[in-house]
Amino acid sequence: MSAPPVLEVENLAVRFRAEGGEVAAVSDVSFSVRRGETLAVVGESGSGKSVTSLALMRLLPKPPACHISGEARLAGQDGRMLDLLRLPETEMRAVRGNRIAMIFQEPMTSLNPVKTIGRQITEAIRLHRPMSRAAAEEEAVRLLDLVGIPAPRQRLTSYPHHLSGGMRQRVMIAIALSCEPAVLIADEPTTALDVTIQAQILDLLRRLQQMSGMAVIFITHNLGVVAEIADRVLVMYAGRVVEQADVRPLFARPLMPYTTGLLRSVPRLDLAGRRAGALPAIPGNVPDPRHPPTGCAFHPRCEHFQPGRCDAAAPALEQVGDGRTVRCLRWREISLETAA
Amino acid sequence: MSAAQEQQRTPILEVEDLRKWFPVGNALLPRNRRQVKALDGVSFSIRRGEILGLVGESGSGKTTIGRTVLRLVPPTSGRIRFDGQDITHLSRRELRPLRKRMQLVFQDPFASLNPRMTVERIVSTPLLIHGMEGGAAARRAKVEEALRLVGLLPHHAARYPHELSGGQRQRVGIARALITRPEFLVADEPVSALDVSIQAQVVNLLVELKELLGLTILFIAHDLAVVGHISDRIAVMYLGRLVEIAETRELFLNPRHPYTEALFSAAPIPDPEVRRSRIILAGDIPSPLDPPSGCPFRTRCRYALPACAQDVPPLREVAPGHLAACIRDDIQLRSSVTET
Repeated sequence: MSAPPVLEVENLAVRFRAEGGEVAAVSDVSFSVRRGETLAVVGESGSGKSVTSLALMRLLPKPPACHISGEARLAGQDGRMLDLLRLPETEMRAVRGNRIAMIFQEPMTSLNPVKTIGRQITEAIRLHRPMSRAAAEEEAVRLLDLVGIPAPRQRLTSYPHHLSGGMRQRVMIAIALSCEPAVLIADEPTTALDVTIQAQILDLLRRLQQMSGMAVIFITHNLGVVAEIADRVLVMYAGRVVEQADVRPLFARPLMPYTTGLLRSVPRLDLAGRRAGALPAIPGNVPDPRHPPTGCAFHPRCEHFQPGRCDAAAPALEQVGDGRTVRCLRWREISLETAA
Repeated sequence: MSAAQEQQRTPILEVEDLRKWFPVGNALLPRNRRQVKALDGVSFSIRRGEILGLVGESGSGKTTIGRTVLRLVPPTSGRIRFDGQDITHLSRRELRPLRKRMQLVFQDPFASLNPRMTVERIVSTPLLIHGMEGGAAARRAKVEEALRLVGLLPHHAARYPHELSGGQRQRVGIARALITRPEFLVADEPVSALDVSIQAQVVNLLVELKELLGLTILFIAHDLAVVGHISDRIAVMYLGRLVEIAETRELFLNPRHPYTEALFSAAPIPDPEVRRSRIILAGDIPSPLDPPSGCPFRTRCRYALPACAQDVPPLREVAPGHLAACIRDDIQLRSSVTET
């Protein structure tokens, strides 16, 4: 676990220009991932999890529509750290899809419907690796086979609509892996898929990661999937990191009340049919990013809210040992209360 | 048995050998016309006051069941009885008085509400359709009552859908379904479009309303944890057929169909300490245009025998109240939960 990080993000902030001012979509996000590690980023809509990944891929609009600040350092092929947020676009093009790749939730819309599968994969390969069309085609067959697509050679001439959702996601993974990226960002890659297909894709990602040693940033709202694949977890709420920990301690002893609430609100499969009573839901709604609450963004929904404290100052992200961080003024008191 | 218990036992909905085939292909070339068998011989009944969960993957026919039993699409063959009355062939006019007794809650709270109507108009539309308005004051009172039932405030009546959060919109959809005081509700993926912390709120609301109003609910969903939490009984569908139906706890503890076993084992459990050996099904759900002969699941079943390709296995009672459509009585299937 002591391998050097392949990606380090520090104080990332993204602001969008909106009617009547600016909206802070992401503020003060810092994290790192190591080779072979899977970092799950958990959050609900508006938590900033997707904006974070799009910022790293440099896929957000340019100023003045959008302002990005902070630092993101990615290990380059030669070991040199690349400053992702400041790289000129021409150099970024050589990095995007090559050292850092991304797969999306919707395998239906992220493939081009009028180009064959073969054409889309060979295009991606030849963009970063100079080789003949024939060689790229052989490589495409190898990749399709690697991601478990039956009869890969025949599939080269198929169009996306010929394939099922799970098969399309496999094609997306094949394209993302074509350049053996150091970091793969997977943004809700299984959300649109059925559970049996989700199980196949998670299994595939795990196998591929073991083979290649790539770091995976897995963005999801599904806590079951997090428990299944993550080494470490970053919990986001209203554009900020509110807790970060290794997966086991996080599930065993969450420190931030939002994490606790989220874990409790999911029905437990092992209690199915037990008539366990009402689910402990988190009251209220996810805050509107245009009008964030004062102080801690979670305070209007928090059962441990203390007037005059939690709504007064925004808590800083605090190091609490064992590589854990938490953003809550009251986490110590709350831990004592719940332990008592 | 008391009269009230007797009432509880009587099915509110009985479905017998229901088929819904959709023709596809070229209408001018009859030999090219084929049938998608979205439902192929489905039989079940729902007792008054129960929540029957309906699970299955995309394309299994869940949504078609919901729409067909409400007579929103005409069945190809079979019989639907609502409260003892055969409604299979009722005309639109004859269905009118029944419509207010059975309602539908949709998945997408963004697409199912007219963006140009206020909440008051959206919620009161069923009153208008059924001639139940009774003057502006009475209508307003009914709308307020319905909003209160779903946990919204009277001032929400003047709002437009875009002013509401996803959870609030889904509450509006539920208020609209409840305003005619139906006895039977089809809820088609009512929480899958919502954030995790909001899902629990809506699940709790549905359970409360069921108790309060004595509703019967057909709860269609793909999230097994949610279905397991809310349902009294669960029916499992595969490729247009019902493969298993049982009391919730019984189904989780003693699955008797290999598809149920695989489906449940694929559901990720939000606990990193739980390490299950999961059954990963090969391949995708077959095309409903060209279903396998015999048992529809045999192409992905790890217990399949040559005999499975012969006949479609009938749904038969394997334990009291537990029906499964599998010829393999000799296998011991794995439970995905342990009795605690």
